[in-house]
Amino acid sequence: MLSQESLQQIDREVAKYPADQKQSAVMAALRIAQVEKGWLPQELIAFIADYLEMPAIAAYEVASFYNMYDLEPVGKHKITVCTNLPCALSGGVHAADYVKQKLGIDFNETTADGKFTLKEGECMGACGDAPVLLVNNHHMCSWMTKEKIDQLLADLESK
Amino acid sequence: MILAGVDGDRAWRLQDYLARGGYSALKKIISEKIPPEAIIAELKTAVLRGRGGAGFPTGLKWSFMPRSFPGDKYLACNSDEGEPGTFKDRDILRYNPHSVIEGMTIAAYAMGCARGYNYIHGEIFEIYQRFEEALEEARAANLLGADILGSGFSFDLFAHHGYGAYICGEETALLESIEGKKGQPRFKPPFPASYGLYGKPTTINNTETFASVPFIINMGGEAFLNLGKPNNGGMKLFSVSGHVNRPGNYEIPLGTPFSELLEMAGGMRGGRKLKAVIPGGSSSPVLPADVMMSCTMDYDSISKAGSMLGSGAVIVMDETTCMVKALERLSYFYFEESCGQCTPCREGTGWLYRVVHRIENGLGRADDLDLLNSVTGNIMGRTICALGDAASMPVQSFIKHFGGEFQYHIENKKCLVSPEVQYEGSQIYVSPSC
Amino acid sequence: MLEIEIDGQQIQVPDGSTVMDAAAKIGSYIPHFCYHKKLSIAANCRMCLVQVEKAPKPLPACATPVTNGMKVWTHSESAVKAQKGVMEFLLINHPLDCPICDQGGECQLQDLAVGYGGSQSRYQEEKRVVLNKNLGSLVATDMTRCINCTRCVRFTTEIAGEMELGQAFRGEHAEIMPFVEKTVDSELSGNIIDLCPVGALTSKPFRFAARTWELSRRKSVSPHDSLGANLIVQTKHDVVKRVLPLENEAINECWLSDKDRFSYEALNSAERLQRPQIKQGGEWREVDWQTALEFAANGLRGIAQQHGGQGLGALLSPHATVEELYLGQKLMRGLGTDNVDFRLRQTDFRADGRRSGAPWLGMPIAGVGELDRLLVIGSFLRKDAPLLAQRVRQAAKRGLQVGVVGPTAEEWLLPVRSRMVVPPSGMVSALGQLVRALSEQKSVVVSEAFVSSLPAAVSEEASTLARLVGSGERVAIWLGNLAVQHSQAAELEALACEIGRLSGGRAGVIGEAANSVGGYLAGAVPSGTGLNAKGMIDSPRKGYVLLAAEPDLDFADAPRTQAALQSAEIVVSLSAFDSPALRESADVLLPIAPFSETSGTFVNCEGRAQSFNAVAKPLGECRPGWKVLRVLGTLLGLNDFAYEDSEAVSKAALGADYTRKLAGGETFHVAEAASVTDSGAGLERVADVPIYFADPVVRRSAPLQKTKDAAVPVARLSPATLAQLGVSSGERVRVGQGSGTVELVAAADETLAAGCVRIAAAHRTTAALGALSGRLSVERA
Ligand SMILES: Cc1cc2nc3c(=O)[nH]c(=O)nc-3n(C[C@H](O)[C@H](O)[C@H](O)COP(=O)(O)O)c2cc1C
Ligand code: SF4
Ligand code: FES
Repeated sequence: MLSQESLQQIDREVAKYPADQKQSAVMAALRIAQVEKGWLPQELIAFIADYLEMPAIAAYEVASFYNMYDLEPVGKHKITVCTNLPCALSGGVHAADYVKQKLGIDFNETTADGKFTLKEGECMGACGDAPVLLVNNHHMCSWMTKEKIDQLLADLESK
Repeated sequence: MILAGVDGDRAWRLQDYLARGGYSALKKIISEKIPPEAIIAELKTAVLRGRGGAGFPTGLKWSFMPRSFPGDKYLACNSDEGEPGTFKDRDILRYNPHSVIEGMTIAAYAMGCARGYNYIHGEIFEIYQRFEEALEEARAANLLGADILGSGFSFDLFAHHGYGAYICGEETALLESIEGKKGQPRFKPPFPASYGLYGKPTTINNTETFASVPFIINMGGEAFLNLGKPNNGGMKLFSVSGHVNRPGNYEIPLGTPFSELLEMAGGMRGGRKLKAVIPGGSSSPVLPADVMMSCTMDYDSISKAGSMLGSGAVIVMDETTCMVKALERLSYFYFEESCGQCTPCREGTGWLYRVVHRIENGLGRADDLDLLNSVTGNIMGRTICALGDAASMPVQSFIKHFGGEFQYHIENKKCLVSPEVQYEGSQIYVSPSC
Repeated sequence: MLEIEIDGQQIQVPDGSTVMDAAAKIGSYIPHFCYHKKLSIAANCRMCLVQVEKAPKPLPACATPVTNGMKVWTHSESAVKAQKGVMEFLLINHPLDCPICDQGGECQLQDLAVGYGGSQSRYQEEKRVVLNKNLGSLVATDMTRCINCTRCVRFTTEIAGEMELGQAFRGEHAEIMPFVEKTVDSELSGNIIDLCPVGALTSKPFRFAARTWELSRRKSVSPHDSLGANLIVQTKHDVVKRVLPLENEAINECWLSDKDRFSYEALNSAERLQRPQIKQGGEWREVDWQTALEFAANGLRGIAQQHGGQGLGALLSPHATVEELYLGQKLMRGLGTDNVDFRLRQTDFRADGRRSGAPWLGMPIAGVGELDRLLVIGSFLRKDAPLLAQRVRQAAKRGLQVGVVGPTAEEWLLPVRSRMVVPPSGMVSALGQLVRALSEQKSVVVSEAFVSSLPAAVSEEASTLARLVGSGERVAIWLGNLAVQHSQAAELEALACEIGRLSGGRAGVIGEAANSVGGYLAGAVPSGTGLNAKGMIDSPRKGYVLLAAEPDLDFADAPRTQAALQSAEIVVSLSAFDSPALRESADVLLPIAPFSETSGTFVNCEGRAQSFNAVAKPLGECRPGWKVLRVLGTLLGLNDFAYEDSEAVSKAALGADYTRKLAGGETFHVAEAASVTDSGAGLERVADVPIYFADPVVRRSAPLQKTKDAAVPVARLSPATLAQLGVSSGERVRVGQGSGTVELVAAADETLAAGCVRIAAAHRTTAALGALSGRLSVERA
C-alpha cells in the first residue's frame, strides 16, 4: 500500500516513542502516507492503523481531527491562505481573493485541470509575515504580494 | 537575548550557537555538578514566568514534579503556537533551535526526565525539519542522548509534528496528541505533573520559556529578574502584527512602555490613528488605544488594564478597522478550533460566531449584545480547558469597549467605518524591510 | 476517609471518591449525561456542575475529587444556573420532537429538560443535522440526536474491549461513528442502547414497536449462558417487546449480552409450536392436549411394560428449568429407569460419581474481580460467556494475569499473559506438564494417583504458564465448554483440580447453559447403572423423552442421535419450537412454554438458584413444561406428582441447602481409560458452538441471525495446515468425519493449533459431521 521509502520513514517515527506506544507515530504516519498518495483514502487509514496496531476508528479520529489531513482528493497543489485577523489586517483576505480570481475557484474548490485546490487556513503562527500561504501543507510562503502570487502560481503550474 | 546575535537564516547551526556561547550553561551545570534543586531555585529567583500564555512561574512548576518516581518522567515543549497573533516560537526555532534544546536538557536534568518531545505546530513543517536537524547535531556532539558529556545523565529529545489543530497548544491536548490521539484536553486534576504523557509525570513549557533557561543559568537569576521588573523577570519576545509599519518579533525587557514597542515596530502604518490593541494573543481582551498607550509591556500592567499579556502577541488595529468584522473573524476561529468534547464550548462557540456573523451582515437584533454576553457567561469557567474562556473574552471585551459600534451595526445594518476605508486599511501590506 | 459537607449534610467518603460519589451516598441526584459508574470519567457534558466552596467557578461533580473539609452545594442557585446554562447548550442543536423519538418517555435529556430547559429557545439558527450510521442489525441510529457524551465510545473501548466506535471530526462537526462502513459487532453491543442518554442509539428490533408507558415490566432470568443474567422483560398485550438488564452487581452488573437482550425476537417466531401433535402412520396431525398426553403416556407405559424401564431414556436440555429437569427425571425414575441425562453435548462421563458434588464455577462470579491469576482451559470464553469474559477484562486492568490452554488463541479482547496452544489430543498432556512443573516450582508433592501418568518432560511454555498460575494468591482454574465436551473430559477435570491444589487455587467449570449446574442439583443425571446421554445414543432405547432439545443441533453427535431416535418406537418431545428434524424423530410433539411463558428456576455457574415467573401468557395452546410433566406423571399413575405450583417443585428439587450439593473441587482420579481413543490419523476437529446457534431460542432470533457471529460456519485451518493441503483461504473443501461429509469454505486461522480444523457445531450445515471432537479429513472440493 505504501512505498518502502514511506514505510522506512514511518519506522523512524515509531522509533521516537516508547516501544509500547506505536500509536504515537500515527500523525506522522498519516502525514507521510498523504505525501505519497496525495490524500488519505479510507483503505490507507486502515492500513496505517493496522501497521501501528491500533483500531482503525482511532486512526480515523486523528485523520479527521487535524485540519491538514485531506480525507478527499485534492489538486496537485493545495494552497492554503491564512485569513485570520492579524493576516487580514495586512491583506490576507485580499491575497486570497487574488488567488481565487487567478485560479477561477473559490475556497474548497479544485481547478478543472486538477492542478490547484484552494483552502482557507487558520492561523499559521506566522502573522508577522502576512499575507502568508501554505503550499502543499509543508512549504510556507511569506509576504505574498500580488507579484509574488503570480510568480508562485507560475512556478507551480510548470511543476 | 534569545534572538541576539542570530543573523537571519544562517546562524542556527550548532557551531554558530557554540560561537555565541551556547551550551555553556549545560556545561557549567555538568562540570560544577550543580544540583537540580539549585537550578530550580535559580529559576524562582529569576521569576521566569511561562511564556506560553498563562504566565505561571516556571520554577514553581518544575518543583511540582515528583522527586523520586519509580518510572519514566517526561518533558514536553509547547511549540504549537497557533493563537492568532503569535509567531515568536517559530522564529526561536528557526534562528536559535539549540537554545531550546539546551534549555530542555537543563530542565530534564533538573527534573530527572529521561525523555522529551518538542511539539511543533503543523503549518511550520520546514521549521520542524530544521529542528530535527538541530537535534541530530546535538546528538552527534553528545549534547543530547546517552551519558551527556560524560556526566552519566541521559536525555532523549524528539520532535513531534502537529498537523493543524490550535487546541493542541493546550498542554493536555498536546499530550494526547503526542500519544497519537485527537487533541482533546484532559480534565484536571490530575495535573500533568502527576499524570501526564503516557500517564507519567510530565512538565510542559513553552518554547520561549525553555529558550530562556540557559541565559538564566549563565547570568544568574537575580540578573535575569533585573532585566525586567519585579515579579516580571527578564526579556520577552513580542510578536507585533497588524497595522504597524514593521510587523515582527521584538525582544525587549518586560516593563517596556507599549509606546516604545510601537515605535520599534515602525509606528502606525500610513500614520493612521491607533484604534485598539489585542495585547496578548487573540484570546486576550482587546484594549482601546488610550488604555493601551498608558500600559507597560509586562504581566502585571496589562492585567491591571483589564487584559492579559498572554503569549506576547500584540495585534495592532487602526481606525480603518471594523470591530464587528474583527470579532467575527476571531469568533469564527474559536468555533472552528473547538475540539468538540465539552458541551458549552462545542455548542457555544458556534452560537457566538453565528450571532456576531449576523450582526456583521446587517441581520443583528436589538437584544443580540445581551445574548452574546449571556452566552459567553454560560461558557466561561464551565469548560474542560481554557478555550471556552479564550473564545468568550474577545466577545465580552469587544462589546465592552466598542459596544457603540456593534449597536450602530445592529441599528443601521451597516458599519460605522465605511467599506472604502476598511478596504483601504486591509490592503496587502508588506514592510519595505522584508 | 475524607470529610465532606454536601448540601448541608456532613458525611465521610473513602479516599479517591468524587463529589458525584459523595452525592450518591446521601441520595442527592446531580444531573449528568456523560458520567456512568462503570465507565471512565470524561467530564465532557458539563451537566453535573456544582458549587464548591472557595472554587471560583462551578466544578463537574463527576470528575472533581473530594478533598478533606470540602463544602459542596449541588442545587444552590449558582449550581443550578450553571446546569441550566449547559442544558440550553445541549438543546440548541437537539431536535425538539420528543413525540416522534423512539426514546421518548425514557430519555434523560427529555427528563432533565423539563426541569432545566427554558421554555423558548434563544437559539434561532438552523440546527445541525448528522447522518445516520449503519451499526448492524441490532442498534438503530438517529445521530442528529447525539449529544456527544461519548458513553458509547467508552463502552466499546473499555467494557467490550475493542474500540468499535469513535468520535470523528472536531468541534461542532464531531460525530460518533464506527470506522467507515463497519458495523458494531461486539457480542455486548446492545448495551450502548441503554447507555445512550438520548435517542441517538436505540434498539433496531424494538424500533417503534411500542412506547415505554405502554409496556409492562417484569423480572426474569436469561435462559442462555451459565451466568443467568437478570432481565427486565417488557411486554405489551402479552407479547414480549423488549428485554433490558435488571441490574445485579453480583451477576450481570448493569449489562446484558446481545444474546440475552435480543433472543426474545424468537419468542413469537413462526416456528413456535402452538398445538399438540401426534404422528400416526407417518402423518402428523394436531390433537387436543388430552389426546396427545394419553398418546404419550400410553407409548411410554407400553415400552416400560414390554422392555422394562431400561427400554426408556430421557434426554433433557440444560436450558430447561430446574422444575422441568426435576420432574423429567422423576418421571423416568417412576417408570423404572435411571436413563436420564441433560448433558447432551458431553461425551466423557467418567468423572461421574467421583466428585463431591455438582461441578460449578467454584467461586462467586463477582469474585473474578479479586482474582490475581486465572487459568482457562479449553474455552471459547468471549462468546461462550460474554459477561464473564467482560469481568475478566476489567480484572485484568487491575492486575489479574490470565493463562490459557486450548487449541486456539482466538481474540478475547483481554490480555492473555501466557498460553499453550495445543490440539485437543494434546490437552491432557499439557495439563500433565503443568502439574509436573507446578509441583517442581512449588515443591509440593503431586497426588499419588497422578504420579505414574504425568508426562516425563515439561515444555518451555508449560513451565512459563505454571509460573504464572503458581505465583498467585487468589487463583482460579476454569474448564470451558471445549474441555467439558472433550473426549477425555474426566482427565482434564481431574488434572485441573490437581492444578488447583498445587497452586493454592480452585478449579471449576464455566458451564455451557443456564442450568448446567441446576441439572445436577435436580438429579437429571443417571445414577447406578443408568445410561448417560452418550450411553442412550450408543445403545439406542425403545422409547425416549426429549425435552427442549433439537436432535440435529443440541447433541454431541447429531447423526447418531437422530438415528437412535428414529429407531425408537416412541419419542415424546416437549418443545417450544417446531422443526423438520424434530418431526422426523418424534412421535408426539407437546408444545411447551419458553422461559418467558413459564415460571421456573435456573442455577447459574456460581451455584445461585434464581427463580422467575412467567412474563406473558403461553402462546396458543402451549403449557409450561413442568405442568405437562406433572400431568404425564399423574396420567402414568406415578406417586407424588401432585405439586401445587412450580415453587413446590423447585423446593423438592433443590432441598433446603442446595449449595451443599456443589462440588468441593477436590482432586479425584480416573482409573479406566477413555472409551474414545484417538486414532491418530487425519486432522483433529475443534468444535465451538457459536454464540447464536447455541440453543433453540437464540437460533430463531432474526436480528441475531443477521450478525457476523451468526455467519455460516467455515472450516478454519492454520495457514501451515492449509498449505500442506494445497488449499487456499476462500476455496471450498470437502470435510469428512465418520460417515458424514459436508462442503465448507476454507479459511485461514492463525490462532489455531496446527493439525486442527475448527468447524462450528449446532448449525444445519455442519450437523452431518457428528462428534464435536475426533479426526476428520479435508480435501479440496
Ligand atoms: C486553547 C489553548 C491554547 C494554547 N496554546 C498554546 C500555545 O500555542 N503555545 C503555548 O506555549 N501555550 C499554549 N497554551 C498554554 C498551555 O496550555 C500551557 O499553559 C503552556 O504551554 C505552559 O507553558 P509555560 O508555563 O512555559 O507558559 C494554550 C492554552 C490553551 C487553553
Ligand atoms: S473548552 Fe472546547 S477545546 Fe477545551 S475541551 Fe472543551 S470543547 Fe475542547
Ligand atoms: S456527568 Fe460530569 S461532566 Fe458529564
